[in-house]
Amino acid sequence: MIAPNFRPVEAESSSFVIELSQFTGPLDLLLSLIRDEQVDIYDIPIARIAEQFLARISTLGLDEAADYLEMAARLLRIKAQMLLPRADGEESWEDPRAELVRRLLEYQQMREVVDLLERRGEERRHQFPRRFVPAAVDITPLNAPLSLSLGELLAAVDRVLRTTKEPKIHEVVPRALDVAGAMMTIRNVIAMRRAARWADLIGRDAEPWQILSVLLALLEMAKLGELRIAQHRPFASVEITRDAISEAA
Amino acid sequence: MTPLAKLLEAALFAAPRPISLAALEALDPESSPAAVAAAIDELREHYDVDGHGVELVEQGGGWQILTRVEFAEAIERAQVAVRPQKLSAAALETLAIVAYRQPIGRAEIEEIRGVAVGSVLKSLHERGLIDIVGRSEGIGRPLLYGTTPQFLEQFALRHLEELPRADELAIALRGAGNATVVPE
Repeated sequence: MIAPNFRPVEAESSSFVIELSQFTGPLDLLLSLIRDEQVDIYDIPIARIAEQFLARISTLGLDEAADYLEMAARLLRIKAQMLLPRADGEESWEDPRAELVRRLLEYQQMREVVDLLERRGEERRHQFPRRFVPAAVDITPLNAPLSLSLGELLAAVDRVLRTTKEPKIHEVVPRALDVAGAMMTIRNVIAMRRAARWADLIGRDAEPWQILSVLLALLEMAKLGELRIAQHRPFASVEITRDAISEAA
Repeated sequence: MTPLAKLLEAALFAAPRPISLAALEALDPESSPAAVAAAIDELREHYDVDGHGVELVEQGGGWQILTRVEFAEAIERAQVAVRPQKLSAAALETLAIVAYRQPIGRAEIEEIRGVAVGSVLKSLHERGLIDIVGRSEGIGRPLLYGTTPQFLEQFALRHLEELPRADELAIALRGAGNATVVPE
């Protein structure tokens, strides 16, 4: 058995840098070690492999460490079991590596399927089906509130976000809205004319915070009964009028 | 083309997914299954021999019209259609295990892969490649997963049986095991 000396192994493995992220898990790493060392999977030199395994995982990030550490502990336990003196009756001796070998073979088998799937998936990626798009649903004005669960709403947002290949990340700068100021502006506008439209209330190059201020001011004033907001068709322009009642008052 | 072949072509053009043989046969109650099979062959040959940009492909449990491989790049470059994103190695491993062992629970997958697979399962589910097919009788009645028709479609498989049987897989490492045992 190779002397359990940590340093030479470390020096050896540092000659070619190994990124752990290239492995999909501890079994993958283990298989690659076995392949590199060209050892027999049915007779794994467990001490050597365990040391290499530990050397490789020493650079590990904490979040993925648990899975690798569990395997490291398993390897060390097998190593310890291998060191125990065997009884003379070799027949009854159960190789402590047997379970590990079974798992490695199972894993290797699965990797072959992965290769197959990868090949076929790649072929298929070069062919497009006809993209079926359901006909647009006729939108009728709804008087009732939308019946929509939070889950459906979130799923819809998710779908929209997915349509952009690279989502643009905007930096959000907190800025106080000026609702009171916007209310003054709206009052001035509807004092002069009977009906105004959304576009009349916001300047051509209004910034988002100004648009939002106007929107909130409109809603607030509608609630207070100062004005009425009406939209005759979906997507038609919104008409803002003085409220008849407050006018009479 | 025969009227039946034209009918099949129209149905395949309109369908969002591969159409199963049974559904194709149901299109015209007058036609025998043999006639439908002949019409499929006729349509496929029509596409192949007369030189079309599309071809008739059997996959995902049915038949589907697909664009030919050689046009993939141009189509994607012009952003007419987007290819499905490639799966990560971790996702492929998980998918392979589900394909072979379905119905299978999370714990068994983790046992085989040696890592936690919760988030991978979630993303495979979101992509419609696996689905929850039931609950195990075991403790906690864990969810059981299986592959979907979309899985077959995305990996150009006619049906699950097209995957090699577990005992047909050549295990590279097994060969080494049969060789003489090298003493340590």
